[in-house]
Amino acid sequence: MEQVIAINDVYKSFDKKPVLQGIQLGINKGDIYGLIGPSGAGKSTLIKVMVGMETPDAGEVRVFDEKIPNLKVLHDIGYMAQSDALYGELTGKENLQFFASLYRLKKEERNARIEYVARLVNITADLNKRVSAYSGGMKRRLSLAIALLHDPKLLILDEPTVGIDPELRLEIWQELFRLRDEGKTIIVTTHVMVEAERCDRIALIREGKIIAAGTPEQLTNQYGAENLDQVFLKAGRGE
Amino acid sequence: MMRIAVVMKRILLEMIRDKRTLALIFIMPIVILSLVYILFNGETVSLKLGVIDIDEQLEEILEEMDVFVIEYKSDIDYKETVINDDLDGLLIFSTNDVELILQNNDPLRSDPLEMKIKQAFAARNQNELMEKIGSIPAGHEIEIDVQYIYGSSETEFFDVLSTILIGFFVFFFVFLLSGIGFLKERTSGTMEKLMSTPIRRYEILLAYLGGFGVFAIIQTVIVVLYAVYVLDFVLVGPFWLVIVINLLLALVALSLGTFLSSFANSEFQMVQFIPVVIVPQVFFSGIIPFETMAEWVQYIGKLMPLYYGGRALQEVMYKGNGLPEIANDLLIISLFAVIFILLNLLSLRRYRKV
Repeated sequence: MEQVIAINDVYKSFDKKPVLQGIQLGINKGDIYGLIGPSGAGKSTLIKVMVGMETPDAGEVRVFDEKIPNLKVLHDIGYMAQSDALYGELTGKENLQFFASLYRLKKEERNARIEYVARLVNITADLNKRVSAYSGGMKRRLSLAIALLHDPKLLILDEPTVGIDPELRLEIWQELFRLRDEGKTIIVTTHVMVEAERCDRIALIREGKIIAAGTPEQLTNQYGAENLDQVFLKAGRGE
Repeated sequence: MMRIAVVMKRILLEMIRDKRTLALIFIMPIVILSLVYILFNGETVSLKLGVIDIDEQLEEILEEMDVFVIEYKSDIDYKETVINDDLDGLLIFSTNDVELILQNNDPLRSDPLEMKIKQAFAARNQNELMEKIGSIPAGHEIEIDVQYIYGSSETEFFDVLSTILIGFFVFFFVFLLSGIGFLKERTSGTMEKLMSTPIRRYEILLAYLGGFGVFAIIQTVIVVLYAVYVLDFVLVGPFWLVIVINLLLALVALSLGTFLSSFANSEFQMVQFIPVVIVPQVFFSGIIPFETMAEWVQYIGKLMPLYYGGRALQEVMYKGNGLPEIANDLLIISLFAVIFILLNLLSLRRYRKV
């Protein structure tokens, strides 16, 4: 199995407060990999380390077998941050065009992709409105559309479905399944256990450490639990 | 290169959408310049002098000198009269001496009044002397032919001030807008998002320089054209050189603004840099004569980009000098820009090391 991400013994602290403590993680191509844990567990930091926006204090991160940070690798990564990073003065379409141009998509490809991702997250009707007039859910959807824009081989999504209604959330997950079946690798963070169960593999993170990892079934069996909630509780207690 | 153009286009688009900011950049300088122009070109109100027992000859001479003379009786309360009638001064003749009471609420009025009175006395004495000797033919007056190296007899403080203001506007607005723009990029998370794309740090910085440079050029052109053709400012040197100076100043303002914005967490904190960074520069930009400052203060002034900017602008606009005379100033301004740009690149490393 081809490994897309290899994280080897990564440590990171902010102001002497440890955030990541010896993270060891391998993510295979074609998996939806869920990083599960409460807020403040270090999920976002771990994700930023993968993209190269945080440099670990110790340890090594490799993506597509390149040492991170690396500009070339960024071409193949679609990143969606936890906060919506959008330009409020611009319309949804202008935001999409801006980021598409940064990835140097050709004009026809650019327009086709914008149309496609806008339809996917259901914002086509609002594309010509300014983003400052968007609702929270619409902004989230636009952010997701931007992350998908350049058809990246690796998607890194930080809490992608927060504030999105259940119906659309289901559609987005179906799209994620479809992308996975195309051979894309997807990393999502979430603290919703229902979403965690849809992942192929998950890692439970707590206080900067991975306390358990595997497929959802493996974990529930291993801990003799009925669902992932219980797994998380038991793993946290160290049972 | 293409990414720079993309980001630059986005900055321009955002600015054009923001009508208030546009008005601030292009209309405010014109309003302020006009205001300064009106304030400095007001009719000089003639000095008001009360007199008691003045001789006619002296009164005539004073009136010729544009002093408004009012006669009073000798039994008045001097101080009260000066205050109540708002006189600039009261001149009292008694049998063998002369007393002058000045209101002195504004030294700019009392000093010239005192001077004019002294001149009037001197003129009267001269007339008396001439009448006695009768040797100098009447009507013969010595005229001094005054020549000005810079400017003309029409030159006012305003002309010097205005050249400095032109540089100041560019510096101030570019500093504030680029600083806040960069800050917004950071606080809204878009800087982080940008850093997750394959854009390079210097490309972001160059795009900002380009985007705000465009506005700095447009602003300079509008302000200088308005100042020269509507307000009749002096512009002796070449116009393009004024633009070059302002563009370099804009470069410093931008790189300084974006750099300092990394130490601010809100727009308000960015505004707090104005009294720290902008106001002191105004004092050293040429509004206050530099040579009269204490030596150690002069060293402080030489650390301020606007000192060189103001000097270069005066050289070109007022003295009509060209590139060779201001090359040194331009070089130093550029040096400031290079330093701040490097600091910016370092500060952007916190997002991504490559």
